[in-house]
Amino acid sequence: MAKQINLTLKVWRQNRGQEGKFETYEAKNIDTDASFLEMLDVVNDELTLKGIEPIAFEHDCREGICGCCGSTVNGKTHGSHERTTLCQLHMRHFEDGQNVVIEPFRATAFPVIKDLIVDRSGLDQIIAEGGYVSVKTGNAPEASTTPIKKEMAEAAMDAAECIGCGACVAACPNGSAMLFTSAKVSQYALLPQGHPERAQRVKNMVGKMDELGFGNCSNEYECAVACPKGIDVKNIARLNREFIKASLTSEK
Amino acid sequence: MKLDAKIPEGPMAEKWTNHKFKVKLVNPSNKRKHKVIIVGSGLAGASAAATMSELGYQVHCFTYSDSPRRAHSIAAQGGINAAKNYPNDGDSIYRLFYDTVKGGDFRSREANVHRLAECSNQIIDHCVAQGIPFAREYGGYLDNRSFGGAQVSRTFYARGQTGQQLLLGAYGALSKEIKKGGVTMYTREEVIDVVVIDGQARGIISRNLVTGELSRHEADAVVLATGGYGNVFFLSTNAMNCNASAAWRAYKKGAAFANPCYTQIHPTCIPVHGEYQSKLTLMSESLRNDGRIWVPKAKGDKRPANQIPEDERDYYLERKYPSFGNLVPRDLASRNAKMVCDEGRGVGPTGNAVYLDFAEAIERLGKDAIVAKYGNLFEMYNRITDEDPYTTPMMIFPAVHYTMGGLWVDYNLMTSLPGLYAIGECNFSDHGANRLGASALMQGLADGYFVIPNTINDYLASNKLPKVGTDHEAFAEAEKAAQDKLDKLLAVNGKRTVDDFHKELGHLLWENCGMGRNEKGLKEALEKIPKIREEFWKDVNVPGSADDLNQALEKANRVADFMEFAELMVKDALMRAESCGGHFREESQTDEGEALRNDDEFCFVGAWEFAGLDKEPILHKEHLEFEEVHLTQRSYK
Ligand SMILES: Cc1cc2nc3c(=O)[nH]c(=O)nc-3n(C[C@H](O)[C@H](O)[C@H](O)COP(=O)(O)OP(=O)(O)OC[C@H]3O[C@@H](n4cnc5c(N)ncnc54)[C@H](O)[C@@H]3O)c2cc1C
Ligand code: SF4
Ligand code: FES
Repeated sequence: MAKQINLTLKVWRQNRGQEGKFETYEAKNIDTDASFLEMLDVVNDELTLKGIEPIAFEHDCREGICGCCGSTVNGKTHGSHERTTLCQLHMRHFEDGQNVVIEPFRATAFPVIKDLIVDRSGLDQIIAEGGYVSVKTGNAPEASTTPIKKEMAEAAMDAAECIGCGACVAACPNGSAMLFTSAKVSQYALLPQGHPERAQRVKNMVGKMDELGFGNCSNEYECAVACPKGIDVKNIARLNREFIKASLTSEK
Repeated sequence: MKLDAKIPEGPMAEKWTNHKFKVKLVNPSNKRKHKVIIVGSGLAGASAAATMSELGYQVHCFTYSDSPRRAHSIAAQGGINAAKNYPNDGDSIYRLFYDTVKGGDFRSREANVHRLAECSNQIIDHCVAQGIPFAREYGGYLDNRSFGGAQVSRTFYARGQTGQQLLLGAYGALSKEIKKGGVTMYTREEVIDVVVIDGQARGIISRNLVTGELSRHEADAVVLATGGYGNVFFLSTNAMNCNASAAWRAYKKGAAFANPCYTQIHPTCIPVHGEYQSKLTLMSESLRNDGRIWVPKAKGDKRPANQIPEDERDYYLERKYPSFGNLVPRDLASRNAKMVCDEGRGVGPTGNAVYLDFAEAIERLGKDAIVAKYGNLFEMYNRITDEDPYTTPMMIFPAVHYTMGGLWVDYNLMTSLPGLYAIGECNFSDHGANRLGASALMQGLADGYFVIPNTINDYLASNKLPKVGTDHEAFAEAEKAAQDKLDKLLAVNGKRTVDDFHKELGHLLWENCGMGRNEKGLKEALEKIPKIREEFWKDVNVPGSADDLNQALEKANRVADFMEFAELMVKDALMRAESCGGHFREESQTDEGEALRNDDEFCFVGAWEFAGLDKEPILHKEHLEFEEVHLTQRSYK
């Protein structure tokens, strides 16, 4: 049954081009059936009416699929709940009177824009290097021409579930985007449609990742723990195999 | 304003092919001289931007999100229709066309719907070639499932994340073109007006959501792919940022707005549980394939579901509609849920819910099969409600989900403002008064991949489009009007939050222009909306400044438009004194309480023209002819 709780929030506030700092706010009478973002809505309404600028945070679908939301809550990306984005984290997982520290996703490649909002456009740039099959509209053969083993299709779908939230980057001590990148590389390595471009794809995407200041992967696997979609670290192993294969072939 | 639908001549099944042959083409070397602005990067926008860039146009694409991949389309769960007939159950392009016209309750344009059905198969071919991991059978071939409003299995799906996978496919195609330089992508950039010069749409004004800076962009044509207006109700299944502003500004610049009263209320959503609630969550309609909907037979029966014996349960959809059962179209499923709750037979703490029960399916197919089919949906339900749907029936209630109304477009998808196009959910084109499940994704991708790339050339090739320059006074005026409005919002400095006003408006619409509508309620809403709007401009509190990232200001600017739009929506609902599809006028029903259409008086598209502030909008009627699917009262009995 739902009840109401009170919390003390320590929230990171930062304006564009300035240093940031923590501010303390009380979150009062929060319904435990509310989501974490709905709790922030309640706090923001109060701040607004007190003449304080509301806390900026990114969100859109509030269903765990768009990948917009994400903050580090008490040191954990998206809060502490397994396979759950921040928008799907519910207040029933918090205790009355608890202190809650809320910070933006921190990584060298994710500069803060304002408060809890960071710039994750690096992830788009990695995709632009080859996170697709280069087929033009109109080129496609009849869909049933190529049967694909069910297990392969399922494994590709497991990898394709990544929502691009960037939690893996923020959780990684090196700020690496390896889990994110490997998920895309894997999807196309597993499907025949992805094969013509596979060597180029992995080289270009990894190259871009390095160029943008994402760190190296040192097999800490914090990323997979943090991932709200359960993207598996075996994708990283697959990326490494793809990369080695690509480097061995002279193919460009 | 004169509306010309430009429906091509010839037999229904040949219109699109003939039309593609007859339209003027832009020669390949001239294409790169044309700049086209696309607003939106959802399924419709991203697919159009990628395809038009492949053809050689200079495409500039805008989204308010931080990445094109975040568009609301990402949230679609259930699937996408196509007339492939892989299951060999008698499907065809004609049947998909027929079902869509009938499902839309005879308020859509046949020629557009037929084209949609024709494009459906190519979409699946293209998406498979893009590497979208659709569900497959053990033999390696594509799997299909059935969806409400159809008796064949024609829905392709990727677990419960079909929209995500289709959007990531379109986003991949868009990314490929961005990398090649064919598309210039503007993220965190909100389009806040359309610029009209000499009667043609020649550009836009946009606001950078990080710096607040306004900028002017010139183009030869502008395509809106900005999605639906469901959030006018405050609570809906739409993503939080979905809004009507771009379409509304276009309306005020001369594009007619069609059928704004047609909204779809989806039957299977998680019920509302508190005041703080910010949005509603859809439970995919595919659940109705295996879940059985019921309420107790007796009023006020408060026993837990598992203590109510079989013979004291009313499986009301199976009882009333034996041939479609739990798979009746959405409007019927929603209205019946409301009816049983209004009778006092609703369940859950608020009495505004019905059961969706999987016990029988689990027994028949085994729990593993149910996990495989719906696991992620059950997980989501559990996360939100803290209940286990494997052992206790789900509770569901209808919620605003989709808007069939939108900018009026002709067969080429051009609005009544020359040079301005509307694709995807933001146009009114294909779904009439009710959309069938799994057909919005189909429409968004048909419009973007296959229709607009073949129709926009007609306009570009047959019009002189001299350079106008962004220093043209029309740009300056539009920019100033936009700036003034933002300044005005910030200056009010009142005592109520934007959300507070939005909730008040949404609640009024839900009560008076929601699942059931009547003359009295609509007139009451028409009196109240201008008052809420006036209060808004007197007492709203928008903190912060205009030259910074300011989410309250973004929201206020959108809600200000909803305040105006809502009035048109209610006017349209009042004008349409018949029941059709998602629009149920209580005065117009059969003795059995089913919706009663009035084809003699209302077999038309109601397209509204803006006549100026504080003036009554002008209604234009596009009469609908039904050559193929003969007008009959829908029956799913
Ligand atoms: C929860 C849910 C589940 C659904 N499931 C299904 C399903 O299973 N099958 C199905 O067929 N349909 C489904 N639908 C419906 C379907 O998802 C939508 O109708 C469809 O995705 C709309 O696509 P679109 O491209 O038209 O618009 P959207 O995806 O809404 O995209 C709009 C785009 O426009 C941009 N935009 C809007 N205004 C501006 C502006 N002023 N400036 C800049 N950019 C702007 C946005 O940033 C965004 O990129 C579902 C809908 C919901 C809510
Ligand atoms: S891999 Fe997981 S954590 Fe990383 S971006 Fe994708 S969904 Fe987010
Ligand atoms: S808001 Fe979309 S994933 Fe959280």
